Amino acid sequence: MKKKIVQLRKKANKIRRLIIEMLSKAGSGHPGGSLSSTEIVTCLFFEVMRYNSEDPDWPERDRFHLSKGHCCPVIYAALALAGHFDMGKLWNLRKIDSLLQGHPDWRIPGIEVGSGSLGQGLSVALGMGLAGKLDKKDWRVYCLMGDGEIQEGNIWEAAMAAAHFKVDNLCGIVDYNRFQIDGHIEEIMGLEPLVNKWESFGWHTHQCDGHNIEELLEAFAEAKTVKQKPTVIIANTVKGKGVSFMEHVVDFHGRAPNNKEREIALAELEEIEKLMEEKDEQF
Amino acid sequence: MSNSEYLYTRDAYGKTLVELGRADSNVVVLDADLSGSTRTAMFAKEFPDRFFNFGVAEQNMMASAAGLASCGKIVFVSTFAMFATARVLDQIRNSVCYNDCNVKIVATHAGITVGEDGASHQALEDVAFLRAIPGMKIIVPCDAEETKDAVIAAYRNKGPFYIRLGRSKVPVIPDKKEFAVGKAYVIREGEDVAILSCGIMVWEALKAAKILENKNISVTVANIHTIKPVDEGFIVNLAKKHKGLVVCEEHQIIGGLYSAVCEVLSSKYPKKISPVGIQDIFGQSGAPEELMKKYGLSAEAIADKAAGTLQD
Repeated sequence: MKKKIVQLRKKANKIRRLIIEMLSKAGSGHPGGSLSSTEIVTCLFFEVMRYNSEDPDWPERDRFHLSKGHCCPVIYAALALAGHFDMGKLWNLRKIDSLLQGHPDWRIPGIEVGSGSLGQGLSVALGMGLAGKLDKKDWRVYCLMGDGEIQEGNIWEAAMAAAHFKVDNLCGIVDYNRFQIDGHIEEIMGLEPLVNKWESFGWHTHQCDGHNIEELLEAFAEAKTVKQKPTVIIANTVKGKGVSFMEHVVDFHGRAPNNKEREIALAELEEIEKLMEEKDEQF
Repeated sequence: MSNSEYLYTRDAYGKTLVELGRADSNVVVLDADLSGSTRTAMFAKEFPDRFFNFGVAEQNMMASAAGLASCGKIVFVSTFAMFATARVLDQIRNSVCYNDCNVKIVATHAGITVGEDGASHQALEDVAFLRAIPGMKIIVPCDAEETKDAVIAAYRNKGPFYIRLGRSKVPVIPDKKEFAVGKAYVIREGEDVAILSCGIMVWEALKAAKILENKNISVTVANIHTIKPVDEGFIVNLAKKHKGLVVCEEHQIIGGLYSAVCEVLSSKYPKKISPVGIQDIFGQSGAPEELMKKYGLSAEAIADKAAGTLQD
């Protein structure tokens, strides 16, 4: 178990480095929410979900849907590391005629349904969950939402319906980093009491530290055991996590690091990796 | 023609859905609290497991349709045209069409003939909204029989479809040709003026042709049931063969069949085209036939427009 967790931490760190490199090459994009959801995505793609990167359409696969489509760099990095496509594709992110579009495109191996317009993803995931139930399949659906995103009314329509239809194969995750483009969530359009909101909509809720691998794995394991209702994991996270000058800085919601910033960020992440190699148990 | 049977197109839709449901267990149907009116209730009764009532929450319904389709389901989504298009335009564009999902939107209660419910419920821009979205196919059937054909065709052809139905009973149109998506046809052959129509306006066009016959004007009536992809060659051919051209639709003249015809002819065979449709205004409450008259959609109005094309 311990070894597995250390490996997942290293994987997360690798994903962070890829996010920085890919965004810096692209010259635009969204680092903040990609970095805040890195552990969530790492746990899903390298421990929790079952899939076959050599056969992305394998019918028995678990489904993942990125409702907050702008954070696709974290997914692209995970998909590349999982073998869905060549790592080299990452360096053409957002470039003309490239595979990796600025927001997820359904033609990318490993992407089920494209996204980008906020608030629709939980509905898309609900539809997948309903299909799985109809076909009496045991695969599960995971839907990663942003916290600013859930200000969309469409999310709450989906929340109401998922509980009504008892879609217990659906697990939502809110990356609760408490920032949106214009500033602090609670200043722009408050979400609190967030856990109560989901509970009152009929969901099983689980709060955890969204950067703590053990806590996340526990949350996903618990979600699998919940019957008759969907589960939402409210993952408390830090926007820009892992890069000192990006943490809690709203400017990096939607700005790519320049060359100098990239070098500093990569140096920091390499330092973390070195420490991990040296002293696993500290992490 | 005068003793044509009057049938609800939505009844034909409901019955066809049940047939498709029996033939294919992957057919699922979604509605937003209007299943009695849209007739999806017929499917719900026979296949309760494959019917999902989303309540008054169309955005969720439309995006969920994309999710269901991504897992291999053939998804029919129904509500009134107003709520099946304008209300959920972003979900249709970004979740359904951008992902090329196998979702068939079959909307009822379109057009001015929704009648007494008034302007808020008279979808007169729906075709314009959806026509602009890449990959969307749009069919406006003229009667109950063509509705059945259109629904089956939408089931068989992968990808997003919009089928536009009305509220009222409509006459069964005689002399229809075999239905094929994107293939327009002539119902009545004439020489002087061609009236290009769709939906309930096909019947009005046929009545207008009768009126004009008494004035010694020979009229062709064409059924352009597929607005997108529109049958370009057919339209050019009609334009070449007739002095006058009239396009009539129960829709705003902006963005619907008239626009589609103008777009084709402006580049392929420039010609003056006379529109019969809603003139960029909102409707109001009233009996359907009163509204048809008030807003210039009646057979008489079409006949006047058609006669006018020969005077220029």
